[in-house]
Amino acid sequence: MRFAPCSLRLKGKMGSLIQVQDLVKVYSLGEVEVRALQGVSLSIDQGEFVAIMGASGSGKSTFMNILGFLDQPTSGQYLLENINGEKLSRDELAEIRNRKIGFVFQGFNLLPRTAALENVELPLIYAGTSTSKRKEIAQKALSEVGLKGRGHHHPSQLSGGEQQRVAIARALVNQPSILLADEPTGNLDSKTSAEIMGIFQRLNRDMGITIIMITHEPDIASFAKRDILFRDGKIVDDRNSALQG
Amino acid sequence: MTRLLASLRIALRALMVNKMRSTLTMLGIIIGVGAVIAMIAVGSGAKKRIAEQIASMGSNLLIVLSGSSTSGGLRFGSGTVPTLTVDDAKAIQNEIPDVKYVAPSQRGTVQIIFGNQNWSTVADGTTPEVLFIRDWSLESGRPFTQQDLDGATKVCLLGETVVENLFGGIDPIGQIVRIKKVPFTVIGVLASKGQTTFGQDQDDTIIVPLTTAQKKLFGMQFPGMVRTIAVQAKTPEAMSSVENQINDLLRQRHHIQPKQENDFTVRNLTELMSTAQQTADVMSYLLGAIASISLIVGGIGIMNIMLVSVTERTREIGIRIAVGAKGWDILLQFLIESLVLSLMGGILGIGLGICGTLILSSFTQWPTVFSIQAIFLAFFVSGLVGVFFGLYPARKASLLNPIEALRYE
Repeated sequence: MRFAPCSLRLKGKMGSLIQVQDLVKVYSLGEVEVRALQGVSLSIDQGEFVAIMGASGSGKSTFMNILGFLDQPTSGQYLLENINGEKLSRDELAEIRNRKIGFVFQGFNLLPRTAALENVELPLIYAGTSTSKRKEIAQKALSEVGLKGRGHHHPSQLSGGEQQRVAIARALVNQPSILLADEPTGNLDSKTSAEIMGIFQRLNRDMGITIIMITHEPDIASFAKRDILFRDGKIVDDRNSALQG
Repeated sequence: MTRLLASLRIALRALMVNKMRSTLTMLGIIIGVGAVIAMIAVGSGAKKRIAEQIASMGSNLLIVLSGSSTSGGLRFGSGTVPTLTVDDAKAIQNEIPDVKYVAPSQRGTVQIIFGNQNWSTVADGTTPEVLFIRDWSLESGRPFTQQDLDGATKVCLLGETVVENLFGGIDPIGQIVRIKKVPFTVIGVLASKGQTTFGQDQDDTIIVPLTTAQKKLFGMQFPGMVRTIAVQAKTPEAMSSVENQINDLLRQRHHIQPKQENDFTVRNLTELMSTAQQTADVMSYLLGAIASISLIVGGIGIMNIMLVSVTERTREIGIRIAVGAKGWDILLQFLIESLVLSLMGGILGIGLGICGTLILSSFTQWPTVFSIQAIFLAFFVSGLVGVFFGLYPARKASLLNPIEALRYE
């Protein structure tokens, strides 16, 4: 089963999906100034599977937030499909997130006391999709992640791995340009982690979905095709993965 | 819009999750609206009762009283010197065209005896027109006539209260009673009228011909003088001009100088009624306003709970914003929640108000009137309260930073 191709997909000048140029992020924590990113540049093509590693405070989470249009850089440029988020309003950024970004979090971040199907539907609600279409698309997405028929269960009735799969389905419903995963296996045991990584690989390989993933575990990073290492707000290493999954 | 319906469903779902909390939050609005409905119903009932009572005293009625308004006034006791005459009454009848009937009256407290029963009451010596002026019909018997007046016959009409106390169950018509030791024949019984707004029992009275009263009962202390003249105007619109004309006429007849005060008072009962009704209105609105304070308290309760709710669901709000909810989506979601709370509270409050009023009136016999306008207004106001007090928490939610919200424990 394939998702229909998104007609709004544009290719950048150099064919890159993501272009980052001298990204700087500084924010103040009370009286202290924190320089989270100190000049980051890279480009990511469509279809890549990137793992971002680095110690706590290295800037990787800040970088992800900017990639996901949850935050704006202090200076520098970030282009996704040639879209520059710099001058956009809160609401316009929300719209971009809705259509272009899929988030997967360490803590799953599903709505509690809400059925899995309705969790998956959430981005579609904010996209204004009709009720019947929503259900149809959400059911398909749940099938894609192997949870067909479990749509009525609440998160409390699902295991960690199953919850993360619901989160992945949610991230995919609006056919985003990139999937951003922040420590997606952080709360899972090794067996379930491998299952989730298997899903990621399948999505990347068979559907060409671009995945950017933060992790601190080398085992998990090895599932990706490219490793980027952050330290003190800068990229210090950027190489293709030794092991290809 | 699909989005609006989705927001509504999301809001309802959130309220159902914690039914107890939602119910307790609504309580303030329920009580507030209930109290307002009840107060207005009671107030409207009082207003209606006042109107009925004043109307029962007679329509288009003016009463001319002896003595200036600064002395005597409503007091019919002895010691008040009558300054009006029977001729004054005749003049009013003849010279003011908008006057329909006049009935001069001389009153006094008397002892009435039948057999071994006695009763103290007020005897009203007046003319037959009084029955028309006061809209008084007879329960039984016949009224006295001009002949009775001319001949000063010793006949009397008794009110219900007097009949009850003197005769028990016996038919009083044709019986002889002694009023101030003078024998009178009862020729009629007055229909019941009840109490006035001033607290007087209108059925506790005897009516006799004016001439008989002057000769036999009140000893011709003040020959030709009467204490009051009842006047009925032809139309309600004419009342004000009749009042002025009586004033001018009597001033002229009594030779009162321009700078001198009147030695009489003219009371316009229709004016009195509208004043009394206005007072009832003010009371009613005052009570309603006080009850509205509990509406404000209820609204604050809603704001409080919504703030707690927003804080509790910080993470959830962060998720929604991250997947594409705009500020407006979040604002609407929480605003609908507080609106549902306040409107449901309003509906339940209206129900409570109506039930409470019905229970109250069955216990206290107070009259109550329900107004559809008040009910719609209460519903509208509770909606307003929901929007007003829900706005701040909803706005707070919509302005959350998604990154921080997602980190919130």
